[in-house]
Amino acid sequence: MTCNDRILIDDWHVVADLDQLLQAGSCKTYLLGVEVAVTAGRDGQVAVTLADGKQQLPCQIKYGFVWTSLGSPERETIHIPEAFEDDRYIISGGSFPVKVSGLRVVENFLDMGHFPFVHNGWLGEEPHTEVAPYEVELTEDNEIIATECYFHQPVASPTAEGGIEVEYKYRVYRPYIVALYKTNPLYPDRKDYIVLFIQPVGPEECVVHNMLCYIKEGMKEPDIRWFMQLIFAQDKPILENQIPRRLPLDPRAETPIRADKVAILYRRWLRDHSVSYGAIPATEA
Amino acid sequence: MLKLYDYELSGNCYKLRLLLSFLGVEYKSELIDFYPGNQHKSPEFRQINPLGQLPVIDDNGLVLRDAQAILVYLASKYDPSCKWYPRDNPEMLGQISQWLAFADGITGTASAARLHDALFYNHIDVEAARAGAHRLFRVLDEHLFFAEEAGQDWICPGDHPTIADIACFPYIMLSEEGGIPRIDYPAIRRWSDRFKRIPGFTVMSGVFPAGPAAKDSSKAVA
Ligand SMILES: N[C@@H](CCC(=O)N[C@@H](CS)C(=O)NCC(=O)O)C(=O)O
Ligand SMILES: [Fe+2]
Repeated sequence: MTCNDRILIDDWHVVADLDQLLQAGSCKTYLLGVEVAVTAGRDGQVAVTLADGKQQLPCQIKYGFVWTSLGSPERETIHIPEAFEDDRYIISGGSFPVKVSGLRVVENFLDMGHFPFVHNGWLGEEPHTEVAPYEVELTEDNEIIATECYFHQPVASPTAEGGIEVEYKYRVYRPYIVALYKTNPLYPDRKDYIVLFIQPVGPEECVVHNMLCYIKEGMKEPDIRWFMQLIFAQDKPILENQIPRRLPLDPRAETPIRADKVAILYRRWLRDHSVSYGAIPATEA
Repeated sequence: MLKLYDYELSGNCYKLRLLLSFLGVEYKSELIDFYPGNQHKSPEFRQINPLGQLPVIDDNGLVLRDAQAILVYLASKYDPSCKWYPRDNPEMLGQISQWLAFADGITGTASAARLHDALFYNHIDVEAARAGAHRLFRVLDEHLFFAEEAGQDWICPGDHPTIADIACFPYIMLSEEGGIPRIDYPAIRRWSDRFKRIPGFTVMSGVFPAGPAAKDSSKAVA
């Protein structure tokens, strides 16, 4: 299916992890239903073209990923100050294909309610299933921010020793880019940072790329990847079993329990920006 | 202490975590960055296993590779009850070995399809892998159906599970991640529900614990 959403066509999207690309030399993948080829020349120069080779696409390397656009990007890729702080690891936890709309992945990422069920013993535990009220706002920069999100977690991070009360902040930058900040168990005043750069492969298929910016102190690199993959692989089967695979934008489409405060705003924001790729638009539902 | 070269998302490593948990044996996991780091193919790791595969154990200097071989070793060494691997029973040993080899066939098909779908192993012929997995699942489902008819709960005879059950379990449970549905294998489903109720059972990401209904009817396996 081709994409008609200008906001997505004229934006930057991740299509490859640079390290993986340099190992393979080249790869083919899909962005918004269009097949693209990503190649790394011997000089390390990276290029993205349509798979038939007929058209060169814009390309840039940022945060260890290859970004491209199918249209004429009107704005820069997002700026992430945490990625430039020397006392943080900046690593990819691995890119994972998931057979569901990327918008569903964003919504799942924003949902604390699933912690005790899907990540039982790690990010939550029964019977502590209640999500306490939190704040949500749409910023002047047109981002969605949720703050004052508290949750008790038995194993909140790779270095956690025993349960702690974790404070989260969520941030939706773009329809397919979402991040969280969460309490570092060793430095309660600082936060670890995780961002998902979701590549919309098709309307019901995506690749979840991620960048992990963890405070180095007390942390080992392999443990960060281990923890990210452990958690993500718990979500994956749940995501792939969601029906429908696309995210319904009609306010009446799904029960309000799943679609809580931040999810309701996210869906409205997608409607307001006429994002339909990966969604079931309100009029259709 | 026993060391396991381990990767969370590997079903073959999970086989060993399962047995060690059933037996209550303490061990230390050394995490290998299988994906995306490809650390199992590094020259350093090939010193440990020239095949460049997980899992591997190091037990006081004895280095062993291959999940099935390690199951045999660990059960022989650390299970005083001799139930997981009845080493004095030739008929059982023959049957267990048969199903251990079968389990490696599941790795070659169901696990290959999962690597293709989940970890970008693009060179794999995924249709052939899926078809191969279905052939094996059909054989096991039929075997388990007739076993149940004969009053047998596990892959091999007797009232206690063996390492053959452990070896077959992980990649069957993860098959859907490789696009291999299991709705057509009801005897496999009943067997896996029983397996999840063995005391000491642990999950890995992508494998779910037994449901509450299953818990009620749980029967302890001695
Ligand atoms: N027969 C081996 C197969 C092990 C195997 O396939 N391991 C996977 C990880 S689960 C691996 O290391 N694959 C890399 C490769 O085969 O190159 C066993 O049962 O241990
Ligand atoms: Fe989750």
